[in-house]
Amino acid sequence: MHAAGIPVLRRDTFTGDICMNPRPSYAIGTGLFILLGFAALAYLATQTTSVANVGHGSTYEINARFSNIGQLKEGAPVKIAGVRIGYVESIRLEPQRMDALVTMAIDRHYEDIPDDSSAAIFTSGLLGDQYVGVQPGGSPEFLKNGDEMVLTQSAMRLEDLIGKFLVNGSPKGGGSAAPPSSAPPASGNP
Amino acid sequence: MSSDLRHNWLVRGVAAVGECGLFFVAVAGAVPKSLRYWRELCRQIWFVGAMSLVIVMTCGLFVGMVLALQLYFTLSIFGGTAALGTVVALSLFRELGPVVTALLVAGRAGTAVTAEIGLMRATDQLDAISMMAVDPLAYVASPRFLAGVIAMPLLACVFNAMGIFGGHLVGVTWLGLDNGTFWGNMTSTVDLYRDILDGLYKSIVFGGVVSLIAVFQGYTAPPTSEGVAYSTTRTVVFSSIVVLAFDFVMTAFMT
Repeated sequence: MHAAGIPVLRRDTFTGDICMNPRPSYAIGTGLFILLGFAALAYLATQTTSVANVGHGSTYEINARFSNIGQLKEGAPVKIAGVRIGYVESIRLEPQRMDALVTMAIDRHYEDIPDDSSAAIFTSGLLGDQYVGVQPGGSPEFLKNGDEMVLTQSAMRLEDLIGKFLVNGSPKGGGSAAPPSSAPPASGNP
Repeated sequence: MSSDLRHNWLVRGVAAVGECGLFFVAVAGAVPKSLRYWRELCRQIWFVGAMSLVIVMTCGLFVGMVLALQLYFTLSIFGGTAALGTVVALSLFRELGPVVTALLVAGRAGTAVTAEIGLMRATDQLDAISMMAVDPLAYVASPRFLAGVIAMPLLACVFNAMGIFGGHLVGVTWLGLDNGTFWGNMTSTVDLYRDILDGLYKSIVFGGVVSLIAVFQGYTAPPTSEGVAYSTTRTVVFSSIVVLAFDFVMTAFMT
């Protein structure tokens, strides 16, 4: 094969035998190794990434306007009762009304969402990622492709809550005068 | 002033870096010619990759397990154990998978390559190869270099998969975390391009660096038993330093 077709006697590095050709199991072993490596890559790419969440069925789009989306990102899940039904496809600013227009891609399996359903932005856990939670309404009409959810609730911002609490929430009155350092939030639990 | 500039350690260090750079150019230039020795390349991939599978898989399993254990107790301080899958996967994909695999391969395969080529030099086999009008760079150096570049990312993927498995074993089976939470948080956070492919680029570079250092040290080893021994040691030391330094630089560029 190599060295101009002259058969070369060589010592096999691993068995110590003197042989004409490298062991054929090199090819088999190498092939198995390469296949295993690519299988591991395919496993990582499809099972541990957001690719695993992409619905294989077709989707339809629903819009919702929020005055503040907080930390919501494209690709964030859309959930009803905690079950993932789709994902956030795009987020853009509506120039006239100066609010955020969130387009969600919903799986075709979940076609009968009442058209008076409301959308809210929740946080998973205390400091986790944000997602869109849909509260189903009672209307007999269902949302269709391109429809807009009218009832929305913006992201709750922890800073706003703390600010409100510091202004109004102190238990024994005079809370607005208290400096933040002397009013630890833990004391205000009812 | 030292009597001769060539005995200054700093000058010698700079010269060694320069030699290694020139050697890299020579090896890379010999890559097209070495493709006709694909059988040798195949054997080297088998040696660097397939033979490293056992150590890489075992270490990946234990790294994933210890990562899950440590992070579980850290995250439970903040009540964030739901993020265990995410944190284990991101640490493995972005950092530990490429780096630990590179260090393992430097220790297992890099040393063997250095000792093999160093002994080839010491027993005049490299000269014998050139006497047969075969370029030793194309027949000996380039296949080993290419094998490292090809095998390292695949090994890192296997390491990552085993690490995820180990993390799942500890987090879900042992510590009782919810299976759906573990996978759900992981799949919603891990990104194919930003996390997995960036780690893959890293390990391709590490594969080139480790195998280049191993081949260079073997090629330039003094033809004595002591010289080969020192070169083998230097392969591990230099590979580890350069891999960790490159890791910092590449992470700084990627994030």
